[in-house]
Amino acid sequence: MATRHIISIGDFDRKEIDRLLDHAAQIDKKKYDENALCGKILAVLFFEPSTRTRMSFESAMARLGGTSLSVGSVEACSMAKGETLADTIRVVSGYADAIVIRHPKEGAARLAAEFATVPVINAGDGAGQHPSQTLLDLYTIRQSMPIDGIDIALVGDLRYGRTAHSLASALSLYNARLHTISPKGLELPATLAAGLAEKGMEIIEHDDIRDVIDTVDVLYVTRIQRERFPDSASYFNVASNYRITPELLTGAKKHLIVLHPLPRVDEIDPRVDASPHARYFEQSKNGVPVRMAMLMRVLQ
Amino acid sequence: MTTTESAENEGLLVRRIKNGTVIDHIDGGEALNVVKILGITGTTQEALSIATNVPSRNMGRKDIVKLTNRELSKEEVDRIALISPRATINIIRNFKVCEKKGVEIPILIEGLVRCPNPGCISNTNEPIRSRFKVLPEGLHCCYCDWVITRDITGHII
Repeated sequence: MATRHIISIGDFDRKEIDRLLDHAAQIDKKKYDENALCGKILAVLFFEPSTRTRMSFESAMARLGGTSLSVGSVEACSMAKGETLADTIRVVSGYADAIVIRHPKEGAARLAAEFATVPVINAGDGAGQHPSQTLLDLYTIRQSMPIDGIDIALVGDLRYGRTAHSLASALSLYNARLHTISPKGLELPATLAAGLAEKGMEIIEHDDIRDVIDTVDVLYVTRIQRERFPDSASYFNVASNYRITPELLTGAKKHLIVLHPLPRVDEIDPRVDASPHARYFEQSKNGVPVRMAMLMRVLQ
Repeated sequence: MTTTESAENEGLLVRRIKNGTVIDHIDGGEALNVVKILGITGTTQEALSIATNVPSRNMGRKDIVKLTNRELSKEEVDRIALISPRATINIIRNFKVCEKKGVEIPILIEGLVRCPNPGCISNTNEPIRSRFKVLPEGLHCCYCDWVITRDITGHII
Protein backbone atom coordinates (compact mmCIF):
# COMPACT_ATOMS: atom_id res chain seq x y z
CA MET A 1 0.00 0.00 0.00
CA ALA A 2 1.29 3.49 -0.83
CA THR A 3 2.42 5.58 2.13
CA ARG A 4 -0.22 8.14 3.08
CA HIS A 5 1.08 11.67 3.26
CA ILE A 6 -0.75 14.93 3.92
CA ILE A 7 1.12 17.59 1.98
CA SER A 8 -1.43 19.95 0.48
CA ILE A 9 -5.12 20.60 0.90
CA GLY A 10 -5.23 20.20 -2.88
CA ASP A 11 -4.56 16.49 -2.39
CA PHE A 12 -8.01 16.14 -0.78
CA ASP A 13 -11.35 16.02 -2.48
CA ARG A 14 -14.42 17.33 -0.73
CA LYS A 15 -15.56 13.91 0.41
CA GLU A 16 -12.24 13.25 2.13
CA ILE A 17 -12.29 16.62 3.87
CA ASP A 18 -15.84 16.08 5.12
CA ARG A 19 -14.95 12.61 6.35
CA LEU A 20 -11.95 13.91 8.26
CA LEU A 21 -13.96 16.75 9.80
CA ASP A 22 -16.71 14.29 10.80
CA HIS A 23 -14.06 12.19 12.50
CA ALA A 24 -12.68 15.26 14.31
CA ALA A 25 -16.21 16.01 15.54
CA GLN A 26 -16.47 12.50 16.99
CA ILE A 27 -13.11 12.96 18.70
CA ASP A 28 -14.35 16.29 20.09
CA LYS A 29 -17.19 14.37 21.73
CA LYS A 30 -14.56 12.11 23.36
CA LYS A 31 -15.61 9.23 21.12
CA TYR A 32 -12.18 7.81 20.39
CA ASP A 33 -9.80 5.12 21.57
CA GLU A 34 -7.22 6.67 23.90
CA ASN A 35 -4.78 3.93 22.95
CA ALA A 36 -5.38 4.14 19.21
CA LEU A 37 -1.74 5.08 18.54
CA CYS A 38 -0.16 3.32 21.52
CA GLY A 39 3.40 2.32 20.61
CA LYS A 40 3.56 4.74 17.68
CA ILE A 41 6.17 7.49 17.51
CA LEU A 42 5.76 10.85 15.81
CA ALA A 43 8.89 12.77 14.75
CA VAL A 44 8.32 16.51 15.07
CA LEU A 45 10.72 18.29 12.71
CA PHE A 46 10.22 22.01 12.98
CA PHE A 47 12.79 24.16 11.21
CA GLU A 48 10.83 27.33 11.93
CA PRO A 49 9.30 28.71 15.12
CA SER A 50 5.87 27.44 16.09
CA THR A 51 3.75 27.32 19.22
CA ARG A 52 0.25 26.22 18.29
CA THR A 53 0.94 23.82 15.44
CA ARG A 54 3.78 22.04 17.18
CA MET A 55 2.14 21.78 20.59
CA SER A 56 -1.21 20.71 19.20
CA PHE A 57 0.40 17.92 17.15
CA GLU A 58 2.25 16.74 20.26
CA SER A 59 -0.93 17.02 22.31
CA ALA A 60 -2.90 15.11 19.66
CA MET A 61 -0.32 12.31 19.63
CA ALA A 62 -0.28 12.09 23.44
CA ARG A 63 -4.09 11.95 23.63
CA LEU A 64 -4.05 8.95 21.30
CA GLY A 65 -1.49 7.10 23.42
CA GLY A 66 1.49 7.77 21.15
CA THR A 67 4.74 9.58 21.81
CA SER A 68 6.61 12.38 20.04
CA LEU A 69 10.29 12.87 19.27
CA SER A 70 11.78 16.24 18.56
CA VAL A 71 15.19 17.57 17.55
CA GLY A 72 14.73 20.76 19.52
CA SER A 73 16.07 23.82 17.77
CA VAL A 74 17.45 23.89 14.22
CA GLU A 75 20.88 24.76 15.63
CA ALA A 76 20.87 21.50 17.57
CA CYS A 77 20.35 19.19 14.59
CA SER A 78 22.58 17.94 11.77
CA MET A 79 21.14 20.40 9.26
CA ALA A 80 23.19 23.02 11.06
CA LYS A 81 26.22 21.01 9.92
CA GLY A 82 25.07 21.18 6.32
CA GLU A 83 23.09 17.95 6.06
CA THR A 84 20.44 18.01 3.36
CA LEU A 85 16.78 17.73 4.26
CA ALA A 86 16.62 14.58 2.14
CA ASP A 87 19.23 12.86 4.31
CA THR A 88 17.63 14.06 7.53
CA ILE A 89 14.31 12.62 6.40
CA ARG A 90 15.85 9.28 5.43
CA VAL A 91 17.44 9.01 8.86
CA VAL A 92 14.39 10.11 10.84
CA SER A 93 12.22 7.63 8.91
CA GLY A 94 14.13 4.94 10.78
CA TYR A 95 13.28 6.41 14.18
CA ALA A 96 9.58 7.18 13.89
CA ASP A 97 6.29 5.97 12.42
CA ALA A 98 5.34 9.37 10.98
CA ILE A 99 6.95 12.77 10.48
CA VAL A 100 5.43 16.21 10.95
CA ILE A 101 7.52 18.86 9.26
CA ARG A 102 7.62 22.65 9.16
CA HIS A 103 10.27 24.20 6.94
CA PRO A 104 10.97 27.68 5.54
CA LYS A 105 11.29 26.47 1.93
CA GLU A 106 8.23 25.94 -0.24
CA GLY A 107 7.91 22.36 -1.41
CA ALA A 108 10.00 21.03 1.48
CA ALA A 109 7.21 18.72 2.66
CA ARG A 110 6.76 17.35 -0.86
CA LEU A 111 10.49 16.62 -0.98
CA ALA A 112 10.29 15.00 2.46
CA ALA A 113 7.50 12.72 1.24
CA GLU A 114 9.71 11.59 -1.65
CA PHE A 115 12.51 10.50 0.66
CA ALA A 116 10.54 9.26 3.67
CA THR A 117 9.55 5.66 4.19
CA VAL A 118 6.88 6.72 6.71
CA PRO A 119 3.93 9.13 6.31
CA VAL A 120 4.74 12.86 6.21
CA ILE A 121 2.40 15.62 7.35
CA ASN A 122 3.09 19.16 6.19
CA ALA A 123 2.87 21.63 9.07
CA GLY A 124 3.71 24.61 6.85
CA ASP A 125 6.34 25.09 4.17
CA GLY A 126 7.38 28.70 3.61
CA ALA A 127 4.63 30.68 1.92
CA GLY A 128 3.28 27.38 0.55
CA GLN A 129 0.82 24.99 2.13
CA HIS A 130 -0.49 24.45 5.65
CA PRO A 131 -3.18 21.77 5.31
CA SER A 132 -3.73 21.07 9.03
CA GLN A 133 -4.49 24.77 9.60
CA THR A 134 -6.97 24.73 6.72
CA LEU A 135 -8.74 21.68 8.07
CA LEU A 136 -9.12 23.23 11.50
CA ASP A 137 -10.30 26.50 9.90
CA LEU A 138 -12.99 24.58 8.02
CA TYR A 139 -13.87 22.66 11.17
CA THR A 140 -14.33 25.91 13.11
CA ILE A 141 -16.55 27.38 10.40
CA ARG A 142 -18.59 24.20 10.33
CA GLN A 143 -19.18 24.44 14.07
CA SER A 144 -21.09 27.68 13.46
CA MET A 145 -22.67 27.24 10.03
CA PRO A 146 -22.71 24.99 6.97
CA ILE A 147 -19.67 25.80 4.83
CA ASP A 148 -21.59 25.59 1.57
CA GLY A 149 -22.24 28.93 -0.08
CA ILE A 150 -20.76 31.15 2.65
CA ASP A 151 -19.45 34.65 2.01
CA ILE A 152 -15.98 34.86 3.51
CA ALA A 153 -13.64 37.85 3.66
CA LEU A 154 -9.91 37.23 3.70
CA VAL A 155 -8.23 40.21 5.31
CA GLY A 156 -4.55 41.17 5.59
CA ASP A 157 -1.47 39.74 3.92
CA LEU A 158 -2.92 37.52 1.22
CA ARG A 159 0.25 37.33 -0.80
CA TYR A 160 2.57 35.59 1.64
CA GLY A 161 -0.05 34.19 4.04
CA ARG A 162 -0.04 30.45 3.40
CA THR A 163 -3.11 29.89 5.59
CA ALA A 164 -5.17 32.18 3.36
CA HIS A 165 -4.00 30.40 0.20
CA SER A 166 -4.82 26.94 1.51
CA LEU A 167 -8.19 28.02 2.89
CA ALA A 168 -9.19 29.74 -0.35
CA SER A 169 -8.33 26.58 -2.29
CA ALA A 170 -10.39 24.39 0.04
CA LEU A 171 -13.37 26.75 -0.04
CA SER A 172 -13.51 26.44 -3.80
CA LEU A 173 -14.91 22.96 -3.11
CA TYR A 174 -17.76 24.47 -1.10
CA ASN A 175 -19.15 27.04 -3.51
CA ALA A 176 -18.05 29.85 -1.19
CA ARG A 177 -17.83 33.46 -2.33
CA LEU A 178 -14.49 35.06 -1.57
CA HIS A 179 -14.02 38.72 -0.66
CA THR A 180 -10.43 39.90 -0.45
CA ILE A 181 -9.20 42.97 1.40
CA SER A 182 -5.46 43.50 1.46
CA PRO A 183 -2.86 46.27 1.29
CA LYS A 184 -1.39 47.13 -2.10
CA GLY A 185 1.32 44.64 -2.99
CA LEU A 186 -0.02 42.00 -0.60
CA GLU A 187 -2.97 40.87 -2.74
CA LEU A 188 -3.84 37.24 -3.44
CA PRO A 189 -1.32 35.94 -6.02
CA ALA A 190 -2.71 36.31 -9.52
CA THR A 191 -2.04 32.67 -10.47
CA LEU A 192 -3.92 31.44 -7.38
CA ALA A 193 -6.84 33.79 -8.03
CA ALA A 194 -6.97 32.68 -11.67
CA GLY A 195 -6.94 29.01 -10.64
CA LEU A 196 -9.78 29.56 -8.16
CA ALA A 197 -11.82 31.51 -10.71
CA GLU A 198 -11.34 28.65 -13.15
CA LYS A 199 -12.88 26.32 -10.58
CA GLY A 200 -15.93 28.59 -10.57
CA MET A 201 -15.17 30.55 -7.42
CA GLU A 202 -16.39 34.13 -7.29
CA ILE A 203 -13.68 36.45 -6.00
CA ILE A 204 -14.44 40.09 -5.23
CA GLU A 205 -11.71 42.57 -4.29
CA HIS A 206 -12.48 45.39 -1.87
CA ASP A 207 -10.51 48.34 -0.55
CA ASP A 208 -12.22 48.63 2.81
CA ILE A 209 -13.52 46.06 5.31
CA ARG A 210 -16.53 48.28 5.94
CA ASP A 211 -17.69 47.61 2.39
CA VAL A 212 -18.36 43.95 3.23
CA ILE A 213 -18.89 43.83 6.98
CA ASP A 214 -22.67 43.53 6.61
CA THR A 215 -22.36 40.91 3.84
CA VAL A 216 -19.93 38.29 5.06
CA ASP A 217 -20.47 35.28 7.29
CA VAL A 218 -16.80 34.79 8.14
CA LEU A 219 -13.97 37.29 8.59
CA TYR A 220 -10.64 35.52 8.22
CA VAL A 221 -7.94 37.87 9.43
CA THR A 222 -4.22 37.33 8.85
CA ARG A 223 -1.19 39.08 10.20
CA ILE A 224 0.42 41.87 8.20
CA GLN A 225 4.13 41.52 8.83
CA ARG A 226 6.11 44.63 9.66
CA GLU A 227 9.09 43.48 7.61
CA ARG A 228 7.03 43.89 4.43
CA PHE A 229 7.15 47.67 4.91
CA PRO A 230 10.08 50.09 4.62
CA ASP A 231 9.52 51.60 8.10
CA SER A 232 7.31 51.36 11.16
CA ALA A 233 5.34 54.48 10.29
CA SER A 234 4.16 53.12 6.94
CA TYR A 235 3.38 49.76 8.57
CA PHE A 236 1.17 51.35 11.24
CA ASN A 237 -0.43 53.59 8.64
CA VAL A 238 -1.45 50.58 6.52
CA ALA A 239 -2.15 48.11 9.33
CA SER A 240 -4.60 50.44 11.06
CA ASN A 241 -6.89 50.20 8.02
CA TYR A 242 -7.14 46.43 8.44
CA ARG A 243 -7.79 46.30 12.17
CA ILE A 244 -10.90 44.59 13.49
CA THR A 245 -12.58 46.57 16.26
CA PRO A 246 -15.86 46.25 18.20
CA GLU A 247 -17.04 49.41 16.44
CA LEU A 248 -16.49 47.80 13.03
CA LEU A 249 -18.41 44.70 14.10
CA THR A 250 -21.52 46.64 15.07
CA GLY A 251 -22.56 46.51 11.42
CA ALA A 252 -21.94 42.76 11.09
CA LYS A 253 -24.41 39.92 10.65
CA LYS A 254 -25.39 38.39 13.98
CA HIS A 255 -23.86 35.03 13.13
CA LEU A 256 -20.58 36.42 11.71
CA ILE A 257 -17.48 34.73 13.09
CA VAL A 258 -13.99 36.20 13.24
CA LEU A 259 -11.13 33.77 12.66
CA HIS A 260 -7.37 34.28 12.83
CA PRO A 261 -4.65 31.61 12.54
CA LEU A 262 -2.75 33.41 15.34
CA PRO A 263 -0.44 34.79 16.54
CA ARG A 264 -2.16 38.15 16.22
CA VAL A 265 -0.29 41.36 16.77
CA ASP A 266 -2.36 44.45 16.01
CA GLU A 267 -4.94 43.03 13.60
CA ILE A 268 -7.68 42.37 16.14
CA ASP A 269 -8.44 44.75 18.97
CA PRO A 270 -8.32 42.76 22.26
CA ARG A 271 -11.78 44.17 23.07
CA VAL A 272 -13.14 41.91 20.30
CA ASP A 273 -12.13 38.84 22.36
CA ALA A 274 -15.25 39.20 24.50
CA SER A 275 -17.51 39.56 21.48
CA PRO A 276 -19.76 36.65 20.45
CA HIS A 277 -18.19 36.95 17.01
CA ALA A 278 -14.69 36.01 18.22
CA ARG A 279 -13.79 32.41 17.44
CA TYR A 280 -10.00 32.50 17.11
CA PHE A 281 -9.18 30.89 20.44
CA GLU A 282 -11.78 28.19 19.81
CA GLN A 283 -10.21 27.79 16.36
CA SER A 284 -6.78 27.29 17.92
CA LYS A 285 -8.16 24.73 20.36
CA ASN A 286 -9.77 22.85 17.48
CA GLY A 287 -6.26 22.10 16.28
CA VAL A 288 -6.11 19.15 18.64
CA PRO A 289 -9.15 17.08 17.51
CA VAL A 290 -8.46 17.89 13.85
CA ARG A 291 -4.80 16.85 14.15
CA MET A 292 -5.84 13.73 16.05
CA ALA A 293 -8.02 12.79 13.09
CA MET A 294 -5.12 13.51 10.73
CA LEU A 295 -2.69 11.37 12.73
CA MET A 296 -5.17 8.49 12.79
CA ARG A 297 -5.63 8.86 9.05
CA VAL A 298 -1.93 8.42 8.30
CA LEU A 299 -1.01 5.98 11.07
CA GLN A 300 -3.90 3.51 11.13
CA MET B 1 12.58 36.14 -52.67
CA THR B 2 11.54 33.38 -55.10
CA THR B 3 11.15 29.74 -54.10
CA THR B 4 14.28 28.87 -56.08
CA GLU B 5 16.29 31.49 -54.27
CA SER B 6 14.97 30.18 -50.99
CA ALA B 7 15.95 26.62 -51.84
CA GLU B 8 19.39 27.74 -52.95
CA ASN B 9 19.92 29.65 -49.75
CA GLU B 10 18.78 26.70 -47.70
CA GLY B 11 21.10 24.44 -49.65
CA LEU B 12 24.02 26.71 -48.95
CA LEU B 13 23.21 27.10 -45.32
CA VAL B 14 22.68 23.50 -44.28
CA ARG B 15 24.62 20.65 -45.82
CA ARG B 16 23.47 17.06 -45.77
CA ILE B 17 24.77 14.89 -42.97
CA LYS B 18 25.65 11.22 -43.19
CA ASN B 19 24.40 10.12 -39.78
CA GLY B 20 22.62 11.95 -36.99
CA THR B 21 19.53 14.07 -36.38
CA VAL B 22 18.04 16.96 -38.27
CA ILE B 23 15.56 19.10 -36.39
CA ASP B 24 13.55 21.03 -38.92
CA HIS B 25 10.67 23.52 -38.73
CA ILE B 26 11.91 25.10 -35.53
CA ASP B 27 10.19 28.44 -34.97
CA GLY B 28 12.38 31.23 -36.36
CA GLY B 29 14.94 32.43 -33.83
CA GLU B 30 14.54 29.48 -31.46
CA ALA B 31 17.45 27.31 -32.68
CA LEU B 32 19.84 28.41 -29.97
CA ASN B 33 17.23 27.64 -27.34
CA VAL B 34 16.70 24.21 -28.89
CA VAL B 35 20.44 23.60 -28.63
CA LYS B 36 20.30 24.72 -24.99
CA ILE B 37 17.35 22.41 -24.25
CA LEU B 38 19.26 19.49 -25.73
CA GLY B 39 22.14 20.20 -23.38
CA ILE B 40 24.60 20.80 -26.22
CA THR B 41 27.43 22.93 -24.93
CA GLY B 42 30.87 24.02 -26.06
CA THR B 43 32.30 20.77 -24.71
CA THR B 44 30.00 18.54 -26.79
CA GLN B 45 31.91 16.36 -29.28
CA GLU B 46 29.28 16.15 -32.04
CA ALA B 47 29.49 18.46 -35.07
CA LEU B 48 26.58 20.87 -34.96
CA SER B 49 25.12 23.03 -37.75
CA ILE B 50 22.58 25.73 -37.10
CA ALA B 51 20.63 27.64 -39.72
CA THR B 52 18.48 30.42 -38.43
CA ASN B 53 15.78 32.53 -40.08
CA VAL B 54 15.72 30.38 -43.19
CA PRO B 55 12.81 31.39 -45.47
CA SER B 56 10.01 28.84 -45.29
CA ARG B 57 6.87 28.64 -47.40
CA ASN B 58 4.69 27.43 -44.54
CA MET B 59 6.30 29.13 -41.59
CA GLY B 60 7.58 32.39 -43.04
CA ARG B 61 10.96 31.74 -41.47
CA LYS B 62 12.29 28.77 -39.63
CA ASP B 63 15.42 27.44 -37.96
CA ILE B 64 17.17 24.14 -38.59
CA VAL B 65 19.58 22.25 -36.33
CA LYS B 66 21.72 19.36 -37.58
CA LEU B 67 23.58 17.15 -35.20
CA THR B 68 26.01 14.59 -36.61
CA ASN B 69 26.49 11.10 -35.23
CA ARG B 70 23.86 11.45 -32.53
CA GLU B 71 20.31 10.16 -32.65
CA LEU B 72 18.10 11.99 -30.20
CA SER B 73 15.76 10.03 -27.94
CA LYS B 74 12.03 10.70 -27.79
CA GLU B 75 12.35 12.29 -24.34
CA GLU B 76 14.98 14.69 -25.67
CA VAL B 77 13.04 15.74 -28.72
CA ASP B 78 9.75 16.14 -26.88
CA ARG B 79 11.34 18.83 -24.74
CA ILE B 80 11.67 20.88 -27.91
CA ALA B 81 7.87 20.98 -28.14
CA LEU B 82 7.82 23.38 -25.19
CA ILE B 83 9.31 26.16 -27.32
CA SER B 84 8.68 24.97 -30.86
CA PRO B 85 5.69 22.63 -31.16
CA ARG B 86 5.85 22.48 -34.98
CA ALA B 87 9.40 21.09 -35.07
CA THR B 88 10.01 17.85 -36.95
CA ILE B 89 12.74 15.33 -36.25
CA ASN B 90 14.55 13.41 -38.97
CA ILE B 91 16.86 10.60 -38.02
CA ILE B 92 19.51 10.23 -40.73
CA ARG B 93 21.42 7.04 -41.42
CA ASN B 94 23.83 6.89 -44.34
CA PHE B 95 22.38 10.10 -45.85
CA LYS B 96 18.84 8.70 -45.79
CA VAL B 97 15.94 9.78 -43.63
CA CYS B 98 15.15 6.63 -41.67
CA GLU B 99 12.65 8.12 -39.24
CA LYS B 100 10.57 11.28 -39.41
CA LYS B 101 8.43 12.39 -36.50
CA GLY B 102 6.85 15.40 -34.88
CA VAL B 103 7.34 16.45 -31.28
CA GLU B 104 4.82 15.88 -28.53
CA ILE B 105 4.46 18.13 -25.52
CA PRO B 106 5.51 16.02 -22.50
CA ILE B 107 3.29 15.69 -19.41
CA LEU B 108 6.20 16.15 -17.03
CA ILE B 109 9.62 17.72 -17.47
CA GLU B 110 12.49 17.09 -15.10
CA GLY B 111 15.79 18.89 -14.69
CA LEU B 112 15.20 21.22 -17.62
CA VAL B 113 13.73 24.38 -16.17
CA ARG B 114 14.66 26.22 -12.99
CA CYS B 115 11.79 27.27 -10.74
CA PRO B 116 11.67 31.09 -10.65
CA ASN B 117 10.51 31.03 -7.02
CA PRO B 118 13.62 31.76 -4.92
CA GLY B 119 11.89 30.15 -1.93
CA CYS B 120 11.36 26.82 -3.70
CA ILE B 121 13.14 23.79 -2.26
CA SER B 122 14.24 22.81 -5.78
CA ASN B 123 16.58 25.84 -5.76
CA THR B 124 18.67 24.48 -2.90
CA ASN B 125 21.41 21.87 -2.59
CA GLU B 126 18.91 19.03 -2.11
CA PRO B 127 19.53 15.92 -4.27
CA ILE B 128 16.54 16.50 -6.54
CA ARG B 129 15.92 17.72 -10.06
CA SER B 130 13.38 20.42 -10.78
CA ARG B 131 10.07 18.93 -11.86
CA PHE B 132 7.20 20.63 -13.69
CA LYS B 133 3.83 19.44 -14.88
CA VAL B 134 2.98 20.80 -18.31
CA LEU B 135 -0.49 22.36 -18.08
CA PRO B 136 -2.44 24.51 -20.55
CA GLU B 137 -1.69 27.64 -18.48
CA GLY B 138 2.03 26.93 -18.24
CA LEU B 139 4.58 24.90 -16.31
CA HIS B 140 3.51 23.99 -12.78
CA CYS B 141 6.30 23.36 -10.25
CA CYS B 142 5.61 20.04 -8.54
CA TYR B 143 7.34 21.25 -5.38
CA CYS B 144 6.10 24.79 -4.70
CA ASP B 145 3.09 25.09 -7.07
CA TRP B 146 4.60 28.13 -8.85
CA VAL B 147 3.33 28.44 -12.43
CA ILE B 148 5.59 29.70 -15.22
CA THR B 149 3.20 31.24 -17.71
CA ARG B 150 5.67 32.94 -20.08
CA ASP B 151 9.32 33.09 -21.11
CA ILE B 152 9.94 29.39 -20.58
CA THR B 153 13.25 29.61 -22.41
CA GLY B 154 14.43 32.22 -19.93
CA HIS B 155 14.18 29.59 -17.19
CA ILE B 156 15.98 26.77 -18.94
CA ILE B 157 18.82 25.50 -16.78
